[in-house]
Amino acid sequence: MGARDEVLARLRTARDAGAPATPPIGVLSDPVVPRTYRSAGRFAPGGEQVLARLDETLTDYRATVTRVPTEDDVAAAVRAFLRTAGSVVVPPGLPEGWLAAFDGAVRRDEPACTVDELDHVDAVVTGAAVAIADTGTFVLDSGAPDQGRRVITLVPDHHVCVIRAADVVASVPEAIARLDPTRPLTFVSGPSATSDIELDRVEGVHGPRRLDVVLVGGLRPGEQ
Amino acid sequence: MTGHGRAAERSRTIELGMPTPASDPHRHLRGTEGFPAAAHRALADTQLRRNLGHATRTIRAKRAGVVAELDDWEELRRAGEAIKADTMARLPELLVQFEERVTARGGVVHWARDAEEANRIVVDLVRGTGADEVVKVKSMATQETGLNEALEAAGVAALETDLAELIVQLSHDRPSHFLVPAIHRNRAEIREIFLREMPDVDPDLTDEPRRLAMAARAHLRKRFLAAKVGISGVNFAVADTGTLSVVESEGNGRMCLTLPDTLITVMGVEKLVPTWSDLEVFLQLLPRSSTGERMNPYTSTWAGVTPGDGPQAFHLVLLDNGRSNVLADAQGRQALHCIRCSACLNVCPVYERTGGHAYGSIYPGPIGAVLSPQLTGIDGPHDVNATLPFASSLCGACFDACPVRIDIPSMLVQQRAAAVDAHTRRTGQDVAMAAAAIAMTTPGRFKLAERALGVGRVLAGRKGRISTLPWPLSGWSNARDLPAPPAETFRQWWARTHGGT
Repeated sequence: MGARDEVLARLRTARDAGAPATPPIGVLSDPVVPRTYRSAGRFAPGGEQVLARLDETLTDYRATVTRVPTEDDVAAAVRAFLRTAGSVVVPPGLPEGWLAAFDGAVRRDEPACTVDELDHVDAVVTGAAVAIADTGTFVLDSGAPDQGRRVITLVPDHHVCVIRAADVVASVPEAIARLDPTRPLTFVSGPSATSDIELDRVEGVHGPRRLDVVLVGGLRPGEQ
Repeated sequence: MTGHGRAAERSRTIELGMPTPASDPHRHLRGTEGFPAAAHRALADTQLRRNLGHATRTIRAKRAGVVAELDDWEELRRAGEAIKADTMARLPELLVQFEERVTARGGVVHWARDAEEANRIVVDLVRGTGADEVVKVKSMATQETGLNEALEAAGVAALETDLAELIVQLSHDRPSHFLVPAIHRNRAEIREIFLREMPDVDPDLTDEPRRLAMAARAHLRKRFLAAKVGISGVNFAVADTGTLSVVESEGNGRMCLTLPDTLITVMGVEKLVPTWSDLEVFLQLLPRSSTGERMNPYTSTWAGVTPGDGPQAFHLVLLDNGRSNVLADAQGRQALHCIRCSACLNVCPVYERTGGHAYGSIYPGPIGAVLSPQLTGIDGPHDVNATLPFASSLCGACFDACPVRIDIPSMLVQQRAAAVDAHTRRTGQDVAMAAAAIAMTTPGRFKLAERALGVGRVLAGRKGRISTLPWPLSGWSNARDLPAPPAETFRQWWARTHGGT
């Protein structure tokens, strides 16, 4: 018997031998797990309350957030974040307008950058697939044209992420429902950090040490 | 094949398809001495106790804060428990489904009966790439199998990239915690280790945690960027989509999962969940329970191979190594529900004082005390792992903290009973425990036992402490003093003041 059949045979024997007298919920014909937890957060997706909470939780984990009323205001906010950057890399489908005010070198990841090139670029600018206000998280979908290959948001030391109001949800379940599990996804909550020294959180290890977020929408023009 | 290998092969042939304990070629699941002896030594290390006390206090406060933010925490725990119970009840079928999805998306699935087989598969895969160095994301499964030792024997350097794991590796130490394997080291000790073991380190390095983290970044950066093979474990694997996930903080996980040409992932079979939406439960439970964060900085998920993005060769090794043995026990199988958050370690009064090394196994703390003996099986009355279920005061804090409601206290009691049964000659502790059980079953007997407490006052004498007891109770008093029993018991006081029975 090969390893596969042997392991599966052992597990079948064990599963039956150790079956509890009263089967747990979900074992009977209709597997039901008690999903009485919140399937949606307290705030509606895209609304002012959820954006304000995201601003708070992102900031709490040492990301810098700029809120702007409309997509037209993104370029100025991105430029301000990139003041110290001479060069950026962007995914192939990043909206051109977002970098309209940036006067440094822009490298589109098409053809794909080498790791060495990415190691010498100052920053990366991307969009995001969804953001979670409860946890201060945004998710990058590597199949999305404005987010790109995983490596481009990993090697540069500074990440500027533009998040649209419509993509902001309150809770983890709402975000999971919007994502495609067959694509490589990266959930990002603040700059890279470690709690490995005396269980104290310290920001900045191997991933980008600086994380800036432009949050678009939810404000009336002039409210910025 | 070696003689030992032939013997193992023979025993396999005899017990084909039967649940089998773990092989433990590098003794990562069993220490060299029982818990009481190891704990005695650990307790004498005041530095260790200070480090652990500080770290566990910090993390307990953070966890309490973020758990209190969710008004559906109990509902999430119940869902997590039910998802895991359901997974165990359908484990073989779910694994077959998972294998099919991973394969369909370009991954290659390997199965390993035990630690040696898993190591052999990984070593062969690495050799096939021609690489002589691999970068590793912290993984309990590969610690369990002793993969680093196996790679080293094959001439391959395994570079641990998680900060705490790197500290353990550089200091030739053993891990003592799931999440922070170097929790027993403070910042000053870490600085010393870096200065001694990192060839390129800045000699002016201070013990400021930020500077230490920067030193680790500099040490690993070039090696990440040049890595050809990455090796990872898994936090959650999704049967119906073939998705795998790694939950981490530093970005070292992203580096290992993204930059190499080849990714090899070693996964204990119990890491499975049935559906993608199950992650909505565990991605809430795990970070808040482990690092006390609303969410950890990075979680990566992937399914098979994605053309043009990340490793173009992906191998998944599915590991039994004793898990079938755990699954075969109706109550004990709950230990397979563990998501390795380490909340039970951080709240445990025993762990906080002894640290992880005293448990011998790489799975320490309350969950380790019930998991390790089940993985290895108990090999006779002198098996050191038979002492682990006694490494607890049964206070119940571990159950309250467990994000998937593993009933660790009940499992400890059950395994104590099993350990007692395994003794050929009853020890003092066995007799004392059995006596207590008899005394507590009826009120009449309890009353009699209480009267006997008067004897305790005589033993204690004028100092009011009992420091030695006659056998069989000496097993207890060797390790601690007891206060003298009060002059009057609660029941005697109640009868006197309330006039009842």
